[in-house]
Amino acid sequence: MLKLISLRLLAATPNLIGVIVITFILTRALPGDPAAYFAGAAATPEAVEQVRKALGLDRPLIEQFFRYVGDLAQGNLGLSLTTGQPVAQEILTRLPASLELVLAALLLACAIALPLGVLAAVRQGSWIDHLCRLITTMGVSLPVFFTGLLLSYVFYFLLGWAPSPLGRLDPMHSPPPALTGFYLIDALVARDLVAWWSSLKQMILPTLTMAIFVLAPIARMTRASMLAVLSSDFIRTARASGLSAFTVLGRYALRNALLPVVTTLGMVFGFMLGSSVIIEKVFSWPGVGSYAIDALTLSDYAPVQGFVLAMGVLFVLLNLLIDLAYTVIDPRVSLDA
Amino acid sequence: MNATTRHVRYVLAENPISAVAAALFAFFIVLALFGPSIAPYDPLASNAARALQPPSAAHWFGTDQLGRDILSRVIVATRLDLLIAVSAVALSFVFGMALGLAAGFYGGWWERGVTRTADTVMAFPLFVLAMGIVAALGNTVGNIILATAIINLPFYIRVARAETNVRRAAGYIEAARLSGNSNLRILAVHLFPNILPPAMVQVSLNMGWAILNAAGLSFIGLGVRPPTPEWGILVAEGAAFIVSGEWWVSFFPGLALMLAVFSFNLLGDALRDIFDPRRRT
Repeated sequence: MLKLISLRLLAATPNLIGVIVITFILTRALPGDPAAYFAGAAATPEAVEQVRKALGLDRPLIEQFFRYVGDLAQGNLGLSLTTGQPVAQEILTRLPASLELVLAALLLACAIALPLGVLAAVRQGSWIDHLCRLITTMGVSLPVFFTGLLLSYVFYFLLGWAPSPLGRLDPMHSPPPALTGFYLIDALVARDLVAWWSSLKQMILPTLTMAIFVLAPIARMTRASMLAVLSSDFIRTARASGLSAFTVLGRYALRNALLPVVTTLGMVFGFMLGSSVIIEKVFSWPGVGSYAIDALTLSDYAPVQGFVLAMGVLFVLLNLLIDLAYTVIDPRVSLDA
Repeated sequence: MNATTRHVRYVLAENPISAVAAALFAFFIVLALFGPSIAPYDPLASNAARALQPPSAAHWFGTDQLGRDILSRVIVATRLDLLIAVSAVALSFVFGMALGLAAGFYGGWWERGVTRTADTVMAFPLFVLAMGIVAALGNTVGNIILATAIINLPFYIRVARAETNVRRAAGYIEAARLSGNSNLRILAVHLFPNILPPAMVQVSLNMGWAILNAAGLSFIGLGVRPPTPEWGILVAEGAAFIVSGEWWVSFFPGLALMLAVFSFNLLGDALRDIFDPRRRT
């Protein structure tokens, strides 16, 4: 197993290298001159040149790239110009907020989409099938920011059920002591039920928004996969042997249909990481996405660089995890590097 | 009537939603082509006295914070959004299919290089990559089109490569080669038309995705800038007013966005039902 993991990591290395190269190119191409910013508004051109030399920005691009990789190896992602804080620190602190949202949305989406897909497969061609397809296609057609705004309007402004979209916690409550960074888990560990309930309420709208968007791919893949499995011989045998429909579906069909669904989950996670940027803006969620956008609008390139890199690395690691999950789900799958 | 027409009619009859999708699609094309002449008011004409009025007989979609008629802005924005989507998808289709065809047909280093590049692009959450590209190159419509085209390339490369790989050793390709066709001619005349069906489905789905992408970029402030009417910007402008109750400023542009993407997605499904029923989901 360990050999498998290390082999897969090795296979993922070119992808990681590509991610690093692209990130470097992107942010060296960003407009705005950090040397001029550091030197200050009243600096003479000579002073700006001195600052540029100190920052190493006058060296050839290749040399800058190797310095960058060297910094990365030491875990140094640079300093944010606007806050003065190390980027790596900031990203690590904010990452749990984004991840909590994405993971909760993934769970919610699976909880809705998997049964929906199974139902559509079992009742293929009926009005339920068409209705499922309609609902999920609508979900995927709605722009994420629009869904977020609409849900805020309906559930906060009109009905008053949800709290105001102002971040992870009600301003009157203090966050639980940081263990994992996931408020839901930390609050439970610290037995702080007030904070737990408050963070859950704040999470409902953004999680729902994100989940609606990814219902379609999951439901469709489940439906397609279930249809393929349900028409196979072993299911026919199971039915002929007199097993209840529930056993046939739940114990035999679903497990075999799971593999393509897991692939889709990986793709969906990527979508969610990307759309988390927008959702964090709409709901004022203090995650890495909003950090990057705020930095972007101020031409502060180190946080953007760190953000793109972090997202790319996360995605590569996630695909690795999915590959490993394949072997657990289906022992017949053999992975060679 | 011939077999194709009968097949198309059969598919449309079996899934009535496809007919709705086709009608919606036609509607948006008409809006894009004739938009500025149909719009009742000038989309850029502001009138502070009539700011933030709810939908009424005079202004079907209400007015925004500067007194501009929202219906007109939504109609005129159709042209820009569809233009961005069509250009981006056309670019990525042309280059992606060409690269994928070459990769699948010639194999070797060519295939490895192209696949590696596609994998690297797909190693990012695509919206983040688009964000980075537009931020790096500048806030113009051309750069949004470029960024959207780049992030959509891998889909076409993959489709083209996979389909070409399957058909590379087929009988008719061999026959074509034996008849003296050059490689280029084989690729263009024999392979390309045969791998078109799955690519067409992809095109339709990608158009929807491209519109959402452009709107998302405009929403966070990258890309098209106000006062140019574009659906994403219209929603962003209205976002501040949602929590104070003026829902119409964001709602109607968002609705337009949803309907457009919805029709493209459904159209993609209908195309798939027509061309390649085995791949239905």
